[in-house]
Amino acid sequence: MGEVAAEVRGHDADIIVVGGGHAGCEAALACARMGASVLLLTLGWDTVAAMPCNPSIGGPGKAQLVREIDALGGEMARNIDATYLQMRLLNTGKGPAVRSLRAQADKAAYGARMREVLRQERNLSVEVAHVEGVEVGPDGSARGVVTRERGAVRAAAVIIATGTYLGGRIYVGDRSWSSGPQGQPAAEELGRALAALGLRLARFKTGTSPRVRKDSVDVSKMQELRGEVLPFGFSFETRGTRADQELCWLTYTTPRTHEIIRANLGRAPLYTGAIIGRGPRYCPSVETKVVQFPARERHQVFLEPETKDGDVMYLGGLSTSLPADVQEEMVHSVPGLEDAEIVRPGYAIEYDCLVPTELLPSLETKKVPGLFAAGQINGTSGYEEAASQGLIAGINAVLKIRGKEPFVLERSEAYIGVLIDDLVTKGTCEPYRMMTSRAEYRLTLRQDNADLRLTEKGHGLGLVPEERYERFLARRRLVRDEIERLTGTVVPGDAETARRLAAIGTGPLQSETSLGDLLARPEVTYEKLAAIDPGRPVLPQDVVQVVEIELKYAGYIRKQRGQIERARRLESRLLPPQVDYWSIAGLSREAREKLSDIRPRSIGQAARISGVSPADIMALLAYVESGRHRGGDSELGV
Amino acid sequence: MSNACLRGTHFKLVVLRRISGLAGEGRERVCMRGRGIVENDTIAAISTPLGEGGIGIVRISGPDALKIASRLFRDPSGKRRRTLKPWGVRYGIVVDPETGEEIDEALASAMPAPHSFTREDVVEFSCHGGIGPLSRVLDAVLKCGARLAQPGEFTRRAFLSGRIDLAQAEAVIEIVRARTDSARRLALANLRGGLSAAVVSIRDDVVALLAQLEAVVDFPEDDVDEPDHDAITRRARETASKLRGLAARARCGRVYRDGVTVAIVGRPNVGKSSLLNALLGRSKAIVTDVPGTTRDAVEDWTNMHGVPVRLVDTAGLRETDDPVERLGVERTRERLDEADLAIVVIDGSEALSDGDVAVLRSAGTKRGVVALNKSDLPQRVAESDVAPHAAGMPVLRVSAKEGTGIESLEKIIAELAVGRVAGVSEGMVMASARQQEALERAAAALDEVARGVEGETPLDLAAIDIREALFWLDQITGRSASDDVLDRIFSEFCVGK
Repeated sequence: MGEVAAEVRGHDADIIVVGGGHAGCEAALACARMGASVLLLTLGWDTVAAMPCNPSIGGPGKAQLVREIDALGGEMARNIDATYLQMRLLNTGKGPAVRSLRAQADKAAYGARMREVLRQERNLSVEVAHVEGVEVGPDGSARGVVTRERGAVRAAAVIIATGTYLGGRIYVGDRSWSSGPQGQPAAEELGRALAALGLRLARFKTGTSPRVRKDSVDVSKMQELRGEVLPFGFSFETRGTRADQELCWLTYTTPRTHEIIRANLGRAPLYTGAIIGRGPRYCPSVETKVVQFPARERHQVFLEPETKDGDVMYLGGLSTSLPADVQEEMVHSVPGLEDAEIVRPGYAIEYDCLVPTELLPSLETKKVPGLFAAGQINGTSGYEEAASQGLIAGINAVLKIRGKEPFVLERSEAYIGVLIDDLVTKGTCEPYRMMTSRAEYRLTLRQDNADLRLTEKGHGLGLVPEERYERFLARRRLVRDEIERLTGTVVPGDAETARRLAAIGTGPLQSETSLGDLLARPEVTYEKLAAIDPGRPVLPQDVVQVVEIELKYAGYIRKQRGQIERARRLESRLLPPQVDYWSIAGLSREAREKLSDIRPRSIGQAARISGVSPADIMALLAYVESGRHRGGDSELGV
Repeated sequence: MSNACLRGTHFKLVVLRRISGLAGEGRERVCMRGRGIVENDTIAAISTPLGEGGIGIVRISGPDALKIASRLFRDPSGKRRRTLKPWGVRYGIVVDPETGEEIDEALASAMPAPHSFTREDVVEFSCHGGIGPLSRVLDAVLKCGARLAQPGEFTRRAFLSGRIDLAQAEAVIEIVRARTDSARRLALANLRGGLSAAVVSIRDDVVALLAQLEAVVDFPEDDVDEPDHDAITRRARETASKLRGLAARARCGRVYRDGVTVAIVGRPNVGKSSLLNALLGRSKAIVTDVPGTTRDAVEDWTNMHGVPVRLVDTAGLRETDDPVERLGVERTRERLDEADLAIVVIDGSEALSDGDVAVLRSAGTKRGVVALNKSDLPQRVAESDVAPHAAGMPVLRVSAKEGTGIESLEKIIAELAVGRVAGVSEGMVMASARQQEALERAAAALDEVARGVEGETPLDLAAIDIREALFWLDQITGRSASDDVLDRIFSEFCVGK
């Protein structure tokens, strides 16, 4: 651990990060790499960068987040590339925008490597502590935290990244107890302290699956799921995946499983009313699946190893909070799991989180300047969502104490922009998970071009080191040159070309055509095009991939740019920060309340607030217009 | 009034363009000085058409509506103030608030917010019609502190208060601008949600289509069936054709609002002017007064089966060396070009001349009808003589003098005007040009979906076009798409590990 040398006198560090999960790790690393001194406070050293739920990273929407974290100089991508057990590319047949990497992680190795990275980082120290409150100065801004062990610990900014620990309560059947997710104590005092600062809290619920002993499972009755050898990993710095990967297995629930669940709904806290928190719809418990889709004869159960050499398998798809004895019966009704020994039953965890509309797009709280929040405490779910926010909160905490403008990504720039804009604009009524369908411009926000979108920015922030930036520039140059070469190289519409084209399975040309236009034909690939493109340079796979997508789908990419431009017109109409929404005529009461609360930056953002109708937007436009024209001569009143 | 109303409409259209990003074509500059936009004051206006009607209404809307009304409304004896009861209709006398002079007897109805057209407090005085008493009642209301409403301002308030949606607000404007009763009826149907309802139902189909694609894309490891490409193509095409049907119905509807221009052409002295008079004379009682239209002898508006028709008489068409007459002929050609339809008049009592054929030829590019006039005289032109030159135009015999055949002629003109657009079996809808454009763009986007999926475009790209279609549909009803899609995914597909 490096030495703490606070920029500001009288502080223990420039920035304090509370919580060592995925958000806290990225936040602390970003701050330290930008040159600020950081103190990371965690309840336990061993649970830093832990994965309390499924042992995987990536998937649609999430893989794009991880790539963006990497492009901005974050750690998650490199960490999973170093510790994965299996890697697959999902959605290959469904289009370029949604191709998504997904990795099975070795939970133990993942955490250990991340802890090592923290240890190596200069400017960063880690301390085990119970944070019980936030210190607020006379000007109302955060100036540190209060720990059980040391009392006041001072800093110029504080990032809260406490995950599901606030008021955490675990449910297994009719039993429930106060707890954080890893068997650590819940953070009771901190939640109360945040509420006392005027921050609104909501109560959410999430759940996890039972874990079984590997030796007690009969995988011969299951379908094997293999990893893939790919020419890339999550990080743009990774050159590919290895051949020796671990296996996962797929099996299914049976009618008997469903019978057992139905017979025991009276003991399911989700259905007895014991759990009041809102759970995520995209990650339903198996009892919810059985109740809501009674016609389905079976549901998938994935067996995923938690560590490389360990004995524990995670049962993906069987998230549940049924009583332990019912879980046992239920698990045993699944083919291959007849004799499975449950190491740890599944459970539901209910926890307090901040209402995310309490936050600015910088992830600073509106009510307490200098206090930032990131991760699951902001109402999200998922390691990738947490890490993304941690990175952004870290960046903005440093910019804040340096008196600089916040770093905000647009929805058209990054999934991270979509994530944070959704949270701070719309709030969320269930734990928020990223999906590609949340991004209206996803063809522009692909995992293959994340570095082209963001590395320049990461470098500008000081998060991307020079040598890596050089490599990025080289890759960008290759991409640009190859696109230029292909669009500039014209092949004649003669018989010889027609013959070569026929050989790669495509029709003749009417007239001279560029290689770029040829690539737009559905049946032509970059690889096949080699037949009429003998002089092509030898390029890395990841470069070829971007080039191919950019040219192949140029029409759609253009269409999407048009959509982005169209939306930008409203995004660029700014609303003054101090505007009094109660004085603007024509707004509905609900709109006044929502607008006063959220204080959107632009009319575009206002239009995304639920409860703000098109009529309200008309009134806002009229208001902005009237401000612009005020004093001018006006002949037309209407 | 109608000019002013036009401006009211433009306010909306201009702002709507800004929202939707539609290109505005050089509309008037809009300055939002109107106090109603930045302040919530009380407005009043005569809200029935001016004229010698039996009843006229003065409407007051805003926070002071009830207070103002109580200051000038007295019991029948004229002595005591008359209090208004919510939802009650009361009979009484309207007096001048300053002099106490009785102005008119009236029925007053009070509609407290938010259950009124504008969602504000509203009072309406139903008085004797006629500009005299109505404007005095209005004056009295204004003296009590109300502001004269700008054209369309009640509607704007209704819209801004969320009482009516975009399509409905535009419908109100259409009603105000309606030239004929059919147009008014269509606009009224739209106000009740005709267009919105039709679009909302189609939009649901589009959301369902998108949800199907998104579910497989976002949950690749779940047991969600791959959507059948043929089914997607079929559904996209079906929905596009529904939208086109709606656009066609709207196009017909627009004819009822905007009307058509019909040029009456023919050789000199074939009876064009008497035909014009016959067509106008028959329907003189329901001719609408359109401001800005010169009421000279050569053109006027009339109503044919509910379609507003602008009839334009033209100078006789013939080859000539006379410079003055040639000027007239050129103008005729121009007018013919500008017109939507043509009536080619031929004197049926004389043999078909080269001049007639020349006229038929110049009108040949237009849709229209051939009228063999002077059917009261012995006929020397057979329909078969005309047909080869008529380019498919229907031919019928009329007598402008006797009035025979005029009714059939009107019917044909109305049918041609409405266009008998294929597939318009359901009722027509009224849509603004903006809405119609949105319908057509949405349909075009869905065609792209079908074309793309047929050409094996990946699903995530097809989704771009589906979202484009939703964008345009949302321009009509004003909603956001993405949350709907997620709701749909979670209600229909079992996803999530």
